[in-house]
Amino acid sequence: MSSMFASLLTVLFDGVAFGMILFLISVGLSITMGVMRVVNLAHCGFAMTGGYLTYALTAQMDLPFAAAVPLAVLGTMAIGAVLERTVYAWVYGQSELGQVLMTIGLTFVMIAAANALFGSSIQNIPVPQGLRGSVQAGPLALPVYRLFLIAVAAACGALIWFALERTEAGARLRAAVDNARMAGCIGINVKTLFALTFAVGCGFAGLGGALGADIFPLEPFYALHYLVPVLIVVSVGGLGSIKGTLAASLLLGLIDTLGRYYLPAGGGIVIYLATLLMLLVRPHGLFGRPA
Amino acid sequence: MNLQPRTLLPAAALPHYRLGAMDVLPWIAAIVAFFAFDTYLSLGAQILVMVIFGLSLDLALGFAGINTLGHAAFFGVGAYAAGYWNLHVSPEPLGGLLAGGMAAGVVGLLSGWLLLRTHGLALLMLTMVVTVLLHEVANAWGSVTGGADGLSGVMPDPLFGVFQFDLFGKTAYLYALGVLFLVFLVVRTVVNSPFGLSLRGIRENTRRMHLVGASVHLRLVAAYALSAFLAGIAGGLGAQITRTVSLDRLTFQLSGDILIMLIIGGVGRLYGAFIGIPLYMLMLDRAAEVNPFHWMFFVGLALILLVRFAPGGLMALDERRRRAAQEGTQ
Repeated sequence: MSSMFASLLTVLFDGVAFGMILFLISVGLSITMGVMRVVNLAHCGFAMTGGYLTYALTAQMDLPFAAAVPLAVLGTMAIGAVLERTVYAWVYGQSELGQVLMTIGLTFVMIAAANALFGSSIQNIPVPQGLRGSVQAGPLALPVYRLFLIAVAAACGALIWFALERTEAGARLRAAVDNARMAGCIGINVKTLFALTFAVGCGFAGLGGALGADIFPLEPFYALHYLVPVLIVVSVGGLGSIKGTLAASLLLGLIDTLGRYYLPAGGGIVIYLATLLMLLVRPHGLFGRPA
Repeated sequence: MNLQPRTLLPAAALPHYRLGAMDVLPWIAAIVAFFAFDTYLSLGAQILVMVIFGLSLDLALGFAGINTLGHAAFFGVGAYAAGYWNLHVSPEPLGGLLAGGMAAGVVGLLSGWLLLRTHGLALLMLTMVVTVLLHEVANAWGSVTGGADGLSGVMPDPLFGVFQFDLFGKTAYLYALGVLFLVFLVVRTVVNSPFGLSLRGIRENTRRMHLVGASVHLRLVAAYALSAFLAGIAGGLGAQITRTVSLDRLTFQLSGDILIMLIIGGVGRLYGAFIGIPLYMLMLDRAAEVNPFHWMFFVGLALILLVRFAPGGLMALDERRRRAAQEGTQ
């Protein structure tokens, strides 16, 4: 009995780790989609970019993990900012369909680039010595790396919440989201603000891609494979809602992991059916507001 | 200022009952291809299947303005239904086609009735979720769908009891061409009917259509179900021609692919599918032999440039040029 309980706890722990990575990747998309109303299907591509940059810096250039991850995040942010000012700026005024098409195109280019640079096989990011192994908590053996993941993701969530709700920059951003024209009239530089927000969102995705490589394996089709769960998280959580994204990521992570262990045949069905019903009842998500 | 109704209506929306060059050219091209490239007929038949699929999507997306990322759901349901019909009910091909269409139509009716209350992003997500849900169901429901192995050994009887499906795909090609012609007639008639015009009205201004008393939801559901029915026919046809049904008929990626192919040609123009899909599939066939990743790079780049410089697809470019020429003469 106790071993069953312990295995349940291990599965729950894995589910939380999975959910937290999903949260890191999705939160940027939730903010940028909520702020700019752009359907960005290339967002997982930025997570992949972060992952591959970390791989290049650690495995190929022998930089320490602690230096490589921040550099990779900054690199992803730079790439995101450049793309925001160029290709994304072209589709801001266009229909959702145009945005879907352009971002699918961008995803394809990212996949082709990843394949050209790193090959089509799965690449592993070496984990530093200090984060390997596991700690014993009662009957449970918890991998240190996953504990680290959960801690980092939780810290990021708290940071984003604080930045949005308690700082002046956050207040400006919220103002620009509510009414971009009015915010411009009172002297807020909306364009720059949006570009910065986009870059920060890409940075969080890059962090998720870099840290989550052992849960979401790094390969060129990464950008498409994890698109469906990320989009589900964002739409179920509600665009622009940090709390919603966190809740939806954890829910999806837990249901998916539990389903994989206890109901291998129908795990996906439960998630998708739940998402379907949820979105039918609340088209704007758990914590979303009508546009 | 030219105040003829033709130029006043959005997107020159008046029904054109005249036959234009585009009503004739694709069929001539298809028949010429039958004689000229008789070693590529199986690829040709696949292209025709996708053109039918694209036409069905054009009805929902281009004319009714239903943004969907889930049209592969209907293609896949049609394929599975036609495959199952062939294996367990009757190997007669036309009945199987109808079964595929009906099954997809029912799914379209039910999901449309539920989904079409939403719009924009929520609708995109919901249609996508329906596709991945059906994919999971097909994967889990092995007794009917064959699970991950899919259905194989689909062997349709000779068409009309006479024309055997041969190795070279001659019968398959002409069969697909015939079905495409019928589907084209249906779509062309529907989009130019009063019902079709009301769909365009909903696409252009939903609120105003509510105000004039049109039953918006009902019309959208009807268009969606018809579109699903036609997509199911395309799926069924594909199953009969390739003689297999696999899970990849039900993927989100296929929804994306058909969307890309249609939009390259141009949406809401009825003929976009005839341009974009053959172009895309022929180039894909060439590129797949070289390196599929290079292909992705060029498609991706082409999509970005297309959205930037020709948001309405290739047919819109032609239209813009013609309109500019027209304005020049006036």
